Amino acid sequence: MLSVVWPTVADMNLDELQKKLLAAARKNPPGDLVPYAFEQRIMARLARAPRLDEWTAWVRPLWYGAGVCVAVAVFMSVWSFEPDADQDLAAYFSQDIEQTILASDDAEILW
Amino acid sequence: MGEAARMERADAELIAGVLNGDTPSFEPLVVKYSPRVFATARRYARRESEVEDIVQEVWSKAFQKLSSFRGEAPFEHWLMRLAVRTCYDFLREHQRNRETSFTELSEPENDWLDRFVAAPESASDEAAAARELIERVLAMLSPQARLVITLLEIEDRPVKEIAELTGWSVPLVKVRAFRARAEMRKCLQRIAREKYL
Repeated sequence: MLSVVWPTVADMNLDELQKKLLAAARKNPPGDLVPYAFEQRIMARLARAPRLDEWTAWVRPLWYGAGVCVAVAVFMSVWSFEPDADQDLAAYFSQDIEQTILASDDAEILW
Repeated sequence: MGEAARMERADAELIAGVLNGDTPSFEPLVVKYSPRVFATARRYARRESEVEDIVQEVWSKAFQKLSSFRGEAPFEHWLMRLAVRTCYDFLREHQRNRETSFTELSEPENDWLDRFVAAPESASDEAAAARELIERVLAMLSPQARLVITLLEIEDRPVKEIAELTGWSVPLVKVRAFRARAEMRKCLQRIAREKYL
């Protein structure tokens, strides 16, 4: 009796398949055909597009940078005017240190 | 003077003309190098409209960045770097359209694979089905993997040249080539699984 054996994934030599397919791609390089009057299309497009000179290339990032600087300056000024709880704490802390350091002087006066 | 040197000089004169404001001097460059740019773009895009978009983008960039061309290497090398990077940008932009979902193999592809499994030497690498299959596999790869496989395995370029074309370092090209081969193998495994399971 004739029995049919179906191939499986394991039957496929993947390394060999990879080599074969890459060879197929190598043997069939894409064409280098250029559409008719393509250069005219490019030249027309270039003529329409505004020329980006060196100044324009510099001015754009500088404007972005200026915007960021203004935003940081505004944020810092708002933050510096805001009453800060930490600042009060610092004032108390410095007073405490002063009292501790000068405690010996006060003691001498008492004696 | 050799032919290459004469060509380079002619290119240099045209480029100097463009930089001095003579825009029509750009046209001979477009005529001369468009076939190479088209051949490169057709490696990465299938539809002819997409290929034309890529080539137009390459020439627009070349025109805008022409002042950065120093003339140390031939203009063609500089242009091909620009072309390869534009193609890579195209692949990244169209990454979502990648063939992530497996579509059924066509009849000729199925027959070719059957022939390959039965006797690998009988499946010709010149067959149209083999070309379709490799197109399918390349379309499944990530942009990085596709770029490396194309430049290294299909165009047979040395690693150093690929590093110059892509702007990646030599070790990075090697790492990406290793990963790309592994990715390609996974794609082939997937095709085999879909076919035989």
